[in-house]
Amino acid sequence: MPLALARPHDPAALPRIAFVAVAIALLWPALRLTEFHPASLVDARSREVMGGFLGTFFPLDLSAPFLALVAKSALETLAIATAGSFLAMAIAFPLSLLVSRSLSISRIGPRPGHRIADLVRLPARWLLVFLRSIPEVVWALLFVRAVGLGPAAGVLAIAINYAGMLGKVYFEIYEAGDTRPARALMESGSGRIAGFFYGVFPVALPEMVSYSVYRWECAVRASVVMGYVGAGGLGTQMELSMRMLNGGEVSTMLLAFFLLVLLADAISWLLRKCFA
Amino acid sequence: MIAWLPLVVFVLLAGASFWFLGVDLAGLFGADARGAMLEYASKFFPPDLSGAFLARVLGGALETLAISAVGTLLAAAAGLALAVPASGRLGTVVRALARLVLNFLRSIPEVVWAALMVLAAGLGPFAGTLALALHTSGVLGRLFAETLENTPPEPTLALRNAGSPTLAAFFYGTLPAVIPQLVSYALYRWENNIRIATVLGVVGAGGLGQLLYLSLSLFKEPQAATLILAMLILVAVVDGLSAWLRRWLGRSGS
Repeated sequence: MPLALARPHDPAALPRIAFVAVAIALLWPALRLTEFHPASLVDARSREVMGGFLGTFFPLDLSAPFLALVAKSALETLAIATAGSFLAMAIAFPLSLLVSRSLSISRIGPRPGHRIADLVRLPARWLLVFLRSIPEVVWALLFVRAVGLGPAAGVLAIAINYAGMLGKVYFEIYEAGDTRPARALMESGSGRIAGFFYGVFPVALPEMVSYSVYRWECAVRASVVMGYVGAGGLGTQMELSMRMLNGGEVSTMLLAFFLLVLLADAISWLLRKCFA
Repeated sequence: MIAWLPLVVFVLLAGASFWFLGVDLAGLFGADARGAMLEYASKFFPPDLSGAFLARVLGGALETLAISAVGTLLAAAAGLALAVPASGRLGTVVRALARLVLNFLRSIPEVVWAALMVLAAGLGPFAGTLALALHTSGVLGRLFAETLENTPPEPTLALRNAGSPTLAAFFYGTLPAVIPQLVSYALYRWENNIRIATVLGVVGAGGLGQLLYLSLSLFKEPQAATLILAMLILVAVVDGLSAWLRRWLGRSGS
């Protein structure tokens, strides 16, 4: 028999078929759980609502009073992000000091106090984990109910959630840096606070600034999302326009959001280049 | 001295922000507001751990997992379909167009997609799945395209030169080389998407988030506390699992 007539053998066929079979078996219940009905996207009701809504996306709503409202909301979003980040840093910095005391005395030599220090450190660590594990939208949802609708809820949500993240990153930066200057200072008798500010802080500062600026950029994005639950800014306006099925307003605000994110990107890049 | 300048500017900007927003810091942390917040927080205790409610929470958690899994899978498929043109295999014009689509998908946040999809598909997990799929396909498409661009073209060219059709050359020349990277990107995104799927529900897109939104709206704070706990546990379990999986893959892969 000529060689060319031999059936070509696909070496990868069996594993691929097995993989697809397993994937389908796993996927089936998931599709049931997600109520996966693509047909519902094109049924008459949905076509009517979505078609009408998408049809109004163009032209954009560029009337002067609406643009003024968009500008005010965008500014509000920026302000929420800035104020929230400021509070987050103000909460995170002392917490990071509390958590990273391991840098100092107990490493130099065992002291009677170091069990007690652990008792402080561990709860502070848990607090940071707790703050950052609950997503910012959930915090916003809670604060909207605690302090009422409006930007205050957004500011607090960013402050609390980002304090958890910044605190963790700050103390990781301290511990990743060179600890010898701080040790030298403390071994020659300086206090812990002075040892930190003259031994650890100068080395850690550029990285801390760079990460904080990056977080501010994330806060701009997050504050748009949090607006959807009533925490003020561009998101709240977008939710209102969407509820009224006003496509022109929604598309204008999507564009504004896009520009805002670009702006935040550029500012953050510039700041990091200058100061970090 | 100059090093303190950015800090001073930042504090001033933050002060201006508080003023612009009309948020009174002293009022927020004053005795009245603190008391009100503590009172609100105390309503969350103890969490509702009754069997019937726990069963609902479990259902919500499974729904969240399913939303994230199906959404990521759809996104991986759509992302790969978009990544092939976006990697420049079909010409520069197509490449630019595909990149534009990817950028558009990626720059609209999941929650906004979810709000749109709730209008299109109605309240429920399907809207959340679609929203995740749309945003994630933009993210994965871009990552996949970069991977494809960085793959050496020689195996594919060899197959093409030996006369194999384009599609077969792609499946046997390119795909085997990039699959591990694509899978690791998709898994990383899945992990991310589980977090996002838990919150998408606040705009009505199913899962734990929707239950949380309902319980808070009905002033059932103990139930909300259970749901928040469930979110924390879900994310922690997934984190642990993925760390373990990564270690295991790393060991068997090398």
